[in-house]
Amino acid sequence: MANYSYIPWIPLLPLICFVVLGIFGRKHIGNASGIIGTLSLAVSAVLSLIAADQYFFVDGKLNGVYQKITAFKYVWLEFAPNLSIDISIVLDPVSVMMLVVVTFVSLMVHLFSLGYMKGEERFATYYAFLSLFTFSMLGLVMAGNLFQVYMFWELVGVSSFLLIGYYFEKPSAVAASKKAFIVTRFADLGFLIGILIMAFYGKTLDISTLIQKLTAVQSAEYTGMATAGFLGVSVLTWGLTLVFVGGAGKSAMFPLHIWLPDAMEGPTPVSALIHAATMVVAGVYLVARLFPVYSIDAAALTVVTWTGAFSALLAAVIACTQTDIKRVLAYSTMSQIGYMMFALGVARQGGEEGLGYMASMFHLFTHAFFKSLLFLGAGAVIHMVHSNEMKDMGGLRKQMPVTHFAFLVGCMAIAGVPLLSGFFSKEEILLAAWHSNKLVYGVALFTAALTAFYMFRLYFSIFWNKDAQAHHADKHGEGTMSMKLPLIILSILAIGAGYIPFSHFITSDGSVLETHTDIVFSVAPVVLSLLAIALAASLYRKQNDKPDKIAKAFGGLYKAASRKFYMDELYLFITKKILFPFVGQPIAWIDRNIVDGLMNGLASATASVSAVIKGLQSGKVQAYALYFFGGVAALAVLFIYLWK
Amino acid sequence: MNLSLLIVLPLFTAVIILFCKGFKQVRAVALAGSLAQLAAAGWLLMQYLNERNAGNKSVMLFEEKYNWFRNLHIDYHIGVDGISIAMILLTASVVVAGILVSWTMDKLSKEFFFLLVLLSMGAYGFFISLDLFTLFFFLEVAVIPKFLLIGIWGSGKKEYSAMKLALMLMGGSALVFIGLMGIYFQTGSFDLLQASQSHLPVEAQKFFFPFAFLGFGIFAALFPFHTWVPDGHASAPTAASMFLAGISMKLGGYGCLRVATFLMPDAAHQYAWIIILLATIAIIYGAFATMMQTDLKYINAYSSVSHCGFVILGIGMMNQTSINGAVLQMVSHGLMTALFFAAIGMIYSRTHTRMVAQLGGLLKVMPFISTLFVIAGLCSLGLPGFSGFIAEMTVFMGSWQNPDGWYRFATILSCASIVVTAVYILRAAGKTVMGPIPPEYNSLPDAAWNEKLAAIVLVAGIVLVGVAPFLLNQLITPGTENMMMQIGKAITQK
Repeated sequence: MANYSYIPWIPLLPLICFVVLGIFGRKHIGNASGIIGTLSLAVSAVLSLIAADQYFFVDGKLNGVYQKITAFKYVWLEFAPNLSIDISIVLDPVSVMMLVVVTFVSLMVHLFSLGYMKGEERFATYYAFLSLFTFSMLGLVMAGNLFQVYMFWELVGVSSFLLIGYYFEKPSAVAASKKAFIVTRFADLGFLIGILIMAFYGKTLDISTLIQKLTAVQSAEYTGMATAGFLGVSVLTWGLTLVFVGGAGKSAMFPLHIWLPDAMEGPTPVSALIHAATMVVAGVYLVARLFPVYSIDAAALTVVTWTGAFSALLAAVIACTQTDIKRVLAYSTMSQIGYMMFALGVARQGGEEGLGYMASMFHLFTHAFFKSLLFLGAGAVIHMVHSNEMKDMGGLRKQMPVTHFAFLVGCMAIAGVPLLSGFFSKEEILLAAWHSNKLVYGVALFTAALTAFYMFRLYFSIFWNKDAQAHHADKHGEGTMSMKLPLIILSILAIGAGYIPFSHFITSDGSVLETHTDIVFSVAPVVLSLLAIALAASLYRKQNDKPDKIAKAFGGLYKAASRKFYMDELYLFITKKILFPFVGQPIAWIDRNIVDGLMNGLASATASVSAVIKGLQSGKVQAYALYFFGGVAALAVLFIYLWK
Repeated sequence: MNLSLLIVLPLFTAVIILFCKGFKQVRAVALAGSLAQLAAAGWLLMQYLNERNAGNKSVMLFEEKYNWFRNLHIDYHIGVDGISIAMILLTASVVVAGILVSWTMDKLSKEFFFLLVLLSMGAYGFFISLDLFTLFFFLEVAVIPKFLLIGIWGSGKKEYSAMKLALMLMGGSALVFIGLMGIYFQTGSFDLLQASQSHLPVEAQKFFFPFAFLGFGIFAALFPFHTWVPDGHASAPTAASMFLAGISMKLGGYGCLRVATFLMPDAAHQYAWIIILLATIAIIYGAFATMMQTDLKYINAYSSVSHCGFVILGIGMMNQTSINGAVLQMVSHGLMTALFFAAIGMIYSRTHTRMVAQLGGLLKVMPFISTLFVIAGLCSLGLPGFSGFIAEMTVFMGSWQNPDGWYRFATILSCASIVVTAVYILRAAGKTVMGPIPPEYNSLPDAAWNEKLAAIVLVAGIVLVGVAPFLLNQLITPGTENMMMQIGKAITQK
């Protein structure tokens, strides 16, 4: 095997950074923390690129098929023989791709934050948390053991919590961070039980062994899982669906998506990294990791498909009505992840049927670039106008030329305008859906049009619409070079990433899948998207009252969508009105009054008995004499009667 | 290695404290004594590992046996395996931290530190005893100081709490004693190893097991005998809370495992469903009850009820993995909850309130203490990298190996508690250390050196177990394997 001994340094550098900055940063390192964090991550990113080059072009292939290479493995916690959490680093096409995406986007965010977060009191802490997140995410994507995935899964969750709550004095940020953690924790419960099921029946936690055992023809493990059932559903479906619940929570799929829009309370570069490009696609990644197993269970894949498709549509509808620019982007993220999800759902393992798998990973790859670009662009805008609301923006194209250009590129890419990266990946997804399920295709097509509409609504509202307000032209201008540079680099990638012959590198079975762009097929989506862009331009390019009129015409639907279909209210109702008063409070009351009452009752009963006995020992001779004679009398009576 | 050192050191320290003049001398001696204990515990660990690496396969190492009371076959018999050593290390760490946290306790300091040291002696003696009578003796030594510590140095309804705690624990001891008597009269000996070899008649086991298990269970906050925990903790001074939750509750868990289950495995197996039922109730019920608490100490006390439920659950599931998990959870909970109480004590001593509603934004003025609070919280909700994750996951994994449908159901409910835990921890942390800070707290000082040192000892333990769990796992596994051999025989006979 080739030399991959440098790979552990990729996650280790951010970990070291976290420890050093976390302990010494605030007092001793101060403003140099940003530079230290950025430089160390740059090394990680370079190492990742070297690894990708080595894997894809030098020694990843064996007989024309990409192999899984275990670069590192250590038995970390042994539960039982063959059942252990191993800390391992596994290289395969998907994990190497993720390695590059995570380190690269993280590097861009580190760079951007140098300018964006300048002057913050807890600057060093911010970089420590960013490093922690990067470390956890890297550990997650390179994991070869299902429980290892879960561990790093929890760690990215907590990094996300810490970063959303970065402005800890703001009650809304605290509430958002708690919500994000608790909702994803609830989903992780499903993941955990899913792991317990898979481990029990598959008798291993190692992902490749698990896949091998379950996909082998008529293996004991497969038969065991397929025949054992619970509530009429096979254990295999239960296990896979529960694991997917965990994925759905992290990836903000309906109905577990409610945390994502609120998570925008965190600093904007954090949203770009965690809540757009990397952590939220972990659910997609998880399903992709276990894909050979999913593909033998049609029921579980159906759940994946429809959860994805419905979330894509729902989020796109809501996105059309939001006025906070970060929330629009958050819903668009949810919608795009829905795309990746159903693309996996319609795919099967191997060959032509694996198109959806390839398309999903491709979209994950391109999305990471254009979505982080959009978020960083939004960050630059917010940095300038000090507001998240569209109404405070408008006409910014002259003051922010670089941001304007970058944001336009991002919008075109996500809208699927031909020749930009999003176009290529979205086409593959639509094609996969078309070949598998026409209804899913219809939903996807409609969502694509909606996407183009709301993204250009966003674009025109920020950069055109009304004239720039006076206070915008203030002192710090468009931002520092460290903020502009990532925008430029990411713009180039948002345009160019689609030209990578993705199907040569990442497919469901590791061998090359020949794809060809079908011009006739592309007509419908492209025309629809262009029409939607034209509609957005007519409504939002100049200030007018048409949008309000349309909103009124939709009436209840518009209101429901702008209130996010009352999902938050529903959750609040369940927790505040049902769980707390009907479960928590009764238990607390029962404990204080019944259970403890019983114990106290026992004590006071003992005390009163002893009080009675104590009363007998009064120390008065007359009383004792009385007891004595009474006793003698009683005994005498007893004897007399007994003797008879 | 002379194991008796672990009893002699605290005894010696306690005696010197009695002759000290002034509060500064007292605390210096107490600290020196506790550091010596920690060093002895570390030395013991080294010796133990050396012996094991050299191929020593005895069940117990460093055994010492002296005749104590010949007529009743009572011996002073001590020895250790990996499980006891884990408990000893836990005790030593909590003792050092507890004494450091009490560095400024100048009210009746001589008596205070004397009692703390005495309590630690009871704990060490308990963990190394191989004779049931000496084990019981040390258990009692560890109970009495608690009553005084709460009654004299406590706060709030301290007389009521002290009385309640002492009465319930005494009641537990009485039950334990009946159980031990049963074992003694069946086997004719108080010797733990001997008793484990001589198979007790199943009928006798079925009669005496409930006494022993419930008795120890009261110490380990077994539902519904947990009600001494919240009141006791809430009234206790910080160090006493730390000792109580970090050490004392472990006496119960250790006893349930080492005495009740190990010596009477048939009965344990038959009553397993009751044990699991009570444990599951404790886990879920404790978690929901915690959610409703408004006082930081009550929060941690109720969460201890929930977390100690995992220990009982692991024992009740009766397999190698779950019992490993139970031991890991004892160590983890001991460190974590001591840290939690330490952090709460530090907050209380500055703000003079423990009510969550009155606190806020402490991260701004006391980043160190707030970080401790958050670390303890994250450990409690089972975040990887801290000990709680390791212990809980081992218990879950072990429990799931039990294919019975109802046990699976119990396991799922127990897993669900991790969500409730997240809710109450984040609610407490979100209000206490995050959010806007009330103006009156704006000039409060952060941790002093002694507090920092205490915290570092505990955090180091939590992180070490969390990051390198294989170390602790290797330490305890020979011990649990040996127990499982006895228990396994009982199960397979069915």
